[in-house]
Formats: sequence, structure tokens, C-alpha cells
Amino acid sequence: MQGLDFSVVSSYLDIIWVGVWWTATITVSASLVSVLGGILLAVAVLHGPSALRYPMRLFSWIFMGTPLLLQLYLIYFGLVQIGIDIPALAAGIIGLGLHFAVYNADILRAGITAVDMGQTEGARTLGFSRLQTLRYVIVPQALLNTAPPIGGNLIALLKESAIVSVIGVTELVHSAQLAISETYRPFEFYVIAAVLYYVLNLALEGILKVIETRVEATR
Amino acid sequence: MNAASKFAGANDRPMVQVIDAHKSFGAFEILKGINLSVNKGQIVAIIGPSGSGKSTLLRSINHLEALNKGEVWVDGIQVNRPLTGHAFEQHINSVRQRMGMVFQHFNLFPHMTVGENVTVGPIKLRKMPAARARDLAMELLGKVGLQDKYDAYPSRLSGGQKQRVAIARALAMEPSVMLFDEATSALDPELVDEVNLVMKQLASEHMTMIIVTHEMRFASEVADRVLFMDGGIVVEEGPPSEIFSNPRMDRTRTFLKKHLAG
Ligand SMILES: Nc1ncnc2c1ncn2[C@@H]1O[C@H](COP(=O)(O)OP(=O)(O)OP(=O)(O)O)[C@@H](O)[C@H]1O
Ligand SMILES: [Mg+2]
Repeated sequence: MQGLDFSVVSSYLDIIWVGVWWTATITVSASLVSVLGGILLAVAVLHGPSALRYPMRLFSWIFMGTPLLLQLYLIYFGLVQIGIDIPALAAGIIGLGLHFAVYNADILRAGITAVDMGQTEGARTLGFSRLQTLRYVIVPQALLNTAPPIGGNLIALLKESAIVSVIGVTELVHSAQLAISETYRPFEFYVIAAVLYYVLNLALEGILKVIETRVEATR
Repeated sequence: MNAASKFAGANDRPMVQVIDAHKSFGAFEILKGINLSVNKGQIVAIIGPSGSGKSTLLRSINHLEALNKGEVWVDGIQVNRPLTGHAFEQHINSVRQRMGMVFQHFNLFPHMTVGENVTVGPIKLRKMPAARARDLAMELLGKVGLQDKYDAYPSRLSGGQKQRVAIARALAMEPSVMLFDEATSALDPELVDEVNLVMKQLASEHMTMIIVTHEMRFASEVADRVLFMDGGIVVEEGPPSEIFSNPRMDRTRTFLKKHLAG
């Protein structure tokens, strides 16, 4: 049996940091895609023209009903065949973002429906259009009210971001694998990766806490 | 009675005019041919039993309810113009800016501070620079006695304070007419006066107002004219002195007997 030796990690910090950086970048970008996409999907399903609603349903069904892994393969390897060539990083962000957008949309749809009718009337009587009412009054309230479950999704997104390694993005797990392939020390590097995920998780939870505090201020 | 209405010339076109308004919900006809005309600066109180259609009439003026038949005119513009789709949307959004509406349950935006509630309309709709909107909001909040609540969230306010903010929010659009739907019904009794006081102040500034209310005393104090509605029609209308002391119709008398008692 080989003894554990964490000192080996120090010579591979560069590559590990690359992994942390890309995991953080992918998480932040995909989170934005998932929240903005979730808003658009929810609003389209609730208020969009009926011509839009069925394509949206199909879209939701595809992203909810199939594995994320398959979705990434389809976006990265599949779309090239029909002439849409998306770089790996962008494909990862889009895939991860849309996957979680569908779940966020479900939560937001309920959140939007739960906003009191009086809010719409209050805004409309001031002279706000339907779209302005959604943008300034309804959606912000729905977002505030659904911050906890959406925050939960973003935490899940951070963890699921590891899957983007399958299309060759050097995120944290992938960078650990690169170091392992040179050192044959899987235990040390996977433990380090786990610790770093935990730290990233704490950072994300910290951000979500700040948002929650902001929400509490309005209650 | 205020001066503006007293001296309104015969040629003055009304600020608000409702012509033969009909409205049904399903099989039930709630408004059965209402006519209403309110001159600039005039204050009209609408009273009547629950379910008589007072809210429906007020909401029709703002087009929160679409009439099945009849016309609504505000400030020389037909509110329910026979337009469709996007054209109607644009029309209604602009004509609504001429009306301030105050609801029983305030409908303040809970995610915005008091200041933001009052400035959002001027900034987003009237394209007012933020600094000017802030000045305007401060002035209006001063008027309703709530300048110090500029940065508070509505959840921190009492019902009376919320309603005063709602009035300031409506006034920030500089409307030609204010519509009040039982602005004090949801308030604890001790908070009613502070809101009534603000409405009286508006009256003294010759704001055109239509006030749906259950408070007969307030109606008699503030209104130039009182409308008694029952069963979707205007049963009787006239100056408060006539309606309250000397009603002509039996239905008015029965209603008032119930509501003036005590
Ligand atoms: N959206 C709606 N759909 C169906 N019926 C409605 C709707 N709005 C109002 N009604 C009915 O229309 C009738 C008149 O309602 P309205 O709210 O105008 O009465 P009101 O005079 O304001 O009564 P109150 O003094 O209780 O506020 C009521 O019977 C009510 O149930
Ligand atoms: Mg009513």
C-alpha cells in the first residue's frame, strides 16, 4: 500500500486553480442562464401566445425528461452535424443553464401565479403595460418569494457542473484527473477537489444568504 | 361644496362621463345602464348596498372591467375606445395615466420601498429623471405626512400609512381624476381619519374625485354630489344635503335608515 502524501498537491496547484476558476465561471454563467431562462420560460408558458406554449412544453419535456449527460453530448457533438458548432465551454454553460432553467421555470411559474391579483391591478392602473407589470412588479416578487428553492437549484447546479468535464472542459474534477494521470495519486487530488467544492459551496451559500437577507427586509 | 364645481360653466365638458354603462358577469347583469357625469374639480360619492355594482362601476371607468355596452370618457378621451390588440393596449396605458386609483387593500408593491413605490411610475412611465422623481415623491409624501418613511418597506407601515402611500403613488402620475374604492374599509377604525383627512385635503385642492364609500358621514362632508346605487342602477342622486336629509326614493330611505343609525 502506498502512503498518503498531500505534499504532492503543491506542485499541481496551477492546474487545480484552473479547475476552480472554470468551475466558478461555469457555475456563475450557467446560474444566470438558468434564472433568466427560467423567467423567460415561465412567463412564456403563462402569458405567451399559445403558438409559443407548445414548443415551450416540448422544450421543458426534453430538458426534464432526459439525462443532463445526453443533453451535453447532443449540444456539443450532435449540433455540429447540423452546422451549429459550439465551443465546449459555451456548450457546457448552455447545457447546464438550460437544464436548470427548466426546473427554475417550474418554481417561478408557481411563484408568478401566487402573486396577488391586486399587484397587477395596482400596476396596470398606474399605466404600466402587461410586460412592464411583469418586469417591474410581478417577476421581482416571484423571484424574491422563490429565492430559497431557486437557491437550492443553484447549489445543485454547482455540483452538477462537474459533468461538463465529459466534453473536455477543464473544470475542477477534470483538473484533478489531469493531475492524477501524472501522479497516480487519486485519493489526494479527489479529496482536494472535494474540499474545494465545499468551499465553493460555502461561497455560493454566502451569496444566497445575502439575497435572503435582502428579501427579509421587505417582509 | 368647492369653488371649482360651483362656478363650473355650463359649457365645461365633464372630466368623467359614463354613458349607459352595462356590464354582466356571466348571466348576471351587474350594471344596468349607468349614467354619470363629473365635472372638473367635482367630488362625487357613490353609496349603496353591498353587491349593488359600485366597485364594478369604478373599475369600469379605469377599464379594469370592460363594459359590455356603453361609453366611458375621461378628460375628453374615450377610455373604452373600440380598438383591439396592441393599439388598444397603448391607448389604455396612456389614458390610465390620467386616472389615479386607490384600492381597499392598497396594492402597494411590497418589494419596493415607499420611495420606490411612488417614483416607479414617474420614472418608468413619465420618463422623469430619478432626482426629479425623488423630489416629487418627497413633496407628495410630505403632503400625506410620511416623508420620514421614504426608505421603509410597506410591510413596516400601518394600514393607514399604507393607504396614504398608495394615494401618493397615484398622485405621482399627476392624474386628472382620482378614483377611490372604499379606501378606508380595510382599516382599523382609529386609522380611518388620517386617510379621510388626506382625501379632504385633495378635495380642498379641487382634485376631481369619485369616491365609493360606506361612510355616510364622510360622504356628506366631502362630496358635492352623492349617487345612491342599488341593483346596478343609480336610484337617486343629488347634493348630500338632499340625499341624506330628504331622500325621495323609498330604497334610498331604507338604505340610509340602516346606515345612518348609530
Ligand atoms: N369578476 C367578477 N366575476 C363575477 N361576478 C362578479 C365579479 N366582480 C363582481 N361580481 C359580482 O358583481 C356584483 C357587484 O359587485 P361589486 O363589487 O361591484 O359590488 P359593490 O357595490 O362594490 O359591493 P361592496 O359594497 O360589497 O363592495 C356582486 O354580486 C359580485 O359578486
Ligand atoms: Mg365594492
